[in-house]
Amino acid sequence: MLTKKVKSRISFLVISIVLLITSVFFILNSLKENVLYFLTPTEAKFKEDLEIGKNIRIGGMVKKGSIYADSKEIKFTITDFKNEILVSFSGTVPNLFAEEKGVVAEGKLKDKNFFVADRILAKHDENYMPPGEKNFLDNNAK
Amino acid sequence: MLSNTGIILIILTLFLSFLIIYISVVNIKEKNNIIDKKIYHYTFYQVIFSILSFLTLLAGFINSDFSLINVFENSHSDKPLFYKIAGTWGSHEGSLLLWINIIVVFSFLFLIYNKKSNKIFRLYTLIFQNFLILGFLIFLLFNSNPFSKIYPIPLEGLGLNPILQDPALVIHPPLLYVGFVGSSIYFSAAMASLVSNYKGKEFALSIKPWILISWCFQTLGIIAGSIWAYYELGWGGFWFWDPVENVSLMPWFAITALMHSVIVLEKRNSIYSWVVILCLSTFILSVTGTFLVRSGILNSVHTFANDPSRGIYILLLLAIMIFASLIIFFKNNKRETYNFQIQSKETFILINNWFMFFFLISVLIGTLYPIFLEALTQTKISVGPPFYSIVIFPFIVLFLIVMAIGPKISWIKGGYKKINFAIIILALSTFLNFLIFKIFGSYSILSNLIIISSIFLIIHSVYDLFGIVKKNVQFDLSRIISHLGFGLLIFFIGINHNYSIEEDFNLKVGEIKNFHKYQMNFKSLEKNDRKNYQAIVGNFILIDKKKNLKEFLKPEIRVYSSPETLTYEASIKTKIYSDKYLTMSNITRSDYYNIKFQEKPFMIWIWISAIMISIGGFIRLFKKGELK
Repeated sequence: MLTKKVKSRISFLVISIVLLITSVFFILNSLKENVLYFLTPTEAKFKEDLEIGKNIRIGGMVKKGSIYADSKEIKFTITDFKNEILVSFSGTVPNLFAEEKGVVAEGKLKDKNFFVADRILAKHDENYMPPGEKNFLDNNAK
Repeated sequence: MLSNTGIILIILTLFLSFLIIYISVVNIKEKNNIIDKKIYHYTFYQVIFSILSFLTLLAGFINSDFSLINVFENSHSDKPLFYKIAGTWGSHEGSLLLWINIIVVFSFLFLIYNKKSNKIFRLYTLIFQNFLILGFLIFLLFNSNPFSKIYPIPLEGLGLNPILQDPALVIHPPLLYVGFVGSSIYFSAAMASLVSNYKGKEFALSIKPWILISWCFQTLGIIAGSIWAYYELGWGGFWFWDPVENVSLMPWFAITALMHSVIVLEKRNSIYSWVVILCLSTFILSVTGTFLVRSGILNSVHTFANDPSRGIYILLLLAIMIFASLIIFFKNNKRETYNFQIQSKETFILINNWFMFFFLISVLIGTLYPIFLEALTQTKISVGPPFYSIVIFPFIVLFLIVMAIGPKISWIKGGYKKINFAIIILALSTFLNFLIFKIFGSYSILSNLIIISSIFLIIHSVYDLFGIVKKNVQFDLSRIISHLGFGLLIFFIGINHNYSIEEDFNLKVGEIKNFHKYQMNFKSLEKNDRKNYQAIVGNFILIDKKKNLKEFLKPEIRVYSSPETLTYEASIKTKIYSDKYLTMSNITRSDYYNIKFQEKPFMIWIWISAIMISIGGFIRLFKKGELK
């Protein structure tokens, strides 16, 4: 027969192991459902099991001359120099979002060539300012 | 000149470390209970030399001595004096020197404040601490020397990253460092306790004040970083579950668990091994965080210096630390007997520890999983807020309730006698939540549960607080303040999250935009030359159409010339009940400006309640005279 002490120790052990396994399982399971995949425009084009309507990140370079803004949204093209994808975004662009600079857009694919972003992340490159930006700002502010 | 002085001071500190280790080893073998006076002296000199080396670097920054690479890379002669000084720890090398200073100072303080403890335990602590000092000093000298020279001497420096040119740079890194690096002392103490077999209550008492100090500073440091991110990054958020934030949170979970467990060790002389594991893991997690951040493995929205070559060294140091602590732990750890009743304070503290470790593991997996996946399969992923909301928030509900009930249960064996009381409070919280829900607008079921449980904790804590005032005793004031702070924090975050208004649009100068109950009028742009940057200031008028209130908001775009960078400064109007937050950014080749307006209720209360949590810790430190 097991003594009371041993019994309580075994139950303590069993409870902790069960708790541990369920919590790790729970964490991993939530992780699986909540990761954002990061793709380049080329990968987005050729990836077959792509779920349209699921949040992903598209990364690459903002194509030169592609930024267009009106009162509602900003449109630009992300390119990896092989393929490109058109992005529409209404919201705030981060520091150093500019043409010919790295960018990451988070959002959903409408189709293989059109992406609606809910968030734009720009890669930090601290020692850089887009050329001409300064003059442009100078002209704008009186 | 400064370079040589600095390097000599560093080498002297290094030499003293060897000397202290040697003399301590000799001293341990002597069969008396007195620590050699020489050890006190050398430890004192070590503090003096390391502080002097820091002051030398500071002098380099103040005088803009560009013969030092570190000053050249991180300073500029036209930078305000304030930022020249703060720039000392704005770079990796300088902050490592600050790091070393803190380890050295803690080593000295532990030696002189723990006179009551056993001699062998104190000496071993000193030995382990000096091994840490050696490790970091060698790292500094061979990889990240802030005193390296550059020739020919440049005429002008490159300037400090403008995002770092902010008053928060002055306090955020030092606070965090005292918190994280301060944990080195109970890492060493835990190792020493294993080796010297100095256990139980005495051990708990000797490390408790140091745990409290580093807990208070870690908490404050994380809050300061959060406030900084709130006004600097321009997103209006204060916590992004960004990898860099996560690595600061991991040691915090460990130390919070430790702070609770050490009380069990003190009062009940139990769970010694667990306390030791927590002591070891807090510092190991702090160094792991430093490794992840400094090596540049993580992608983050926050700004900090990184370089892969540093990563390898820190990783090596980390491996040695983990390996050494594992060996010493398993060699010296002895079997313990546990004697817990299910209904006792001990059990509740263990439940707290379970929650802390659950949060810790979630954050750890969420932060490291993308790194491993990318290394193994080349698939790039990121784990964002949705993961943490699903994993952490539901448990917060249970955690808050346990946090309210736990302290009411006594040691050893004490049932929970106030079930009726708890039910009344629960009903009251549900009713209050229902009022908020009905009057101000609805939110999700999970939010409902979180707000109910946070009100449950708040009422419990306030009730306890009144109990103290009535009886005029200071029993447990610090615990109540911290728990109350935590309850309020979760409550205000819940409210803030559910009632924030956010509106993004593009606007030209002179245009007007209507949304919700507001009208936004983009009046004009003006240009101002400031000390080391040019500011382009937007003049916005916000009209509250319901209340007929006018407010002026002035967000800025700052153009720095050294280095050439743009930063966006949000315009924030803080009031007791809400913050108005406006950022403006320019769009390439367009007259439109990208405008983001946010109204964030009770923002200031989030800061106040978070600060309250750490104030609780300080109260314990001073009131109870833990430092004796």
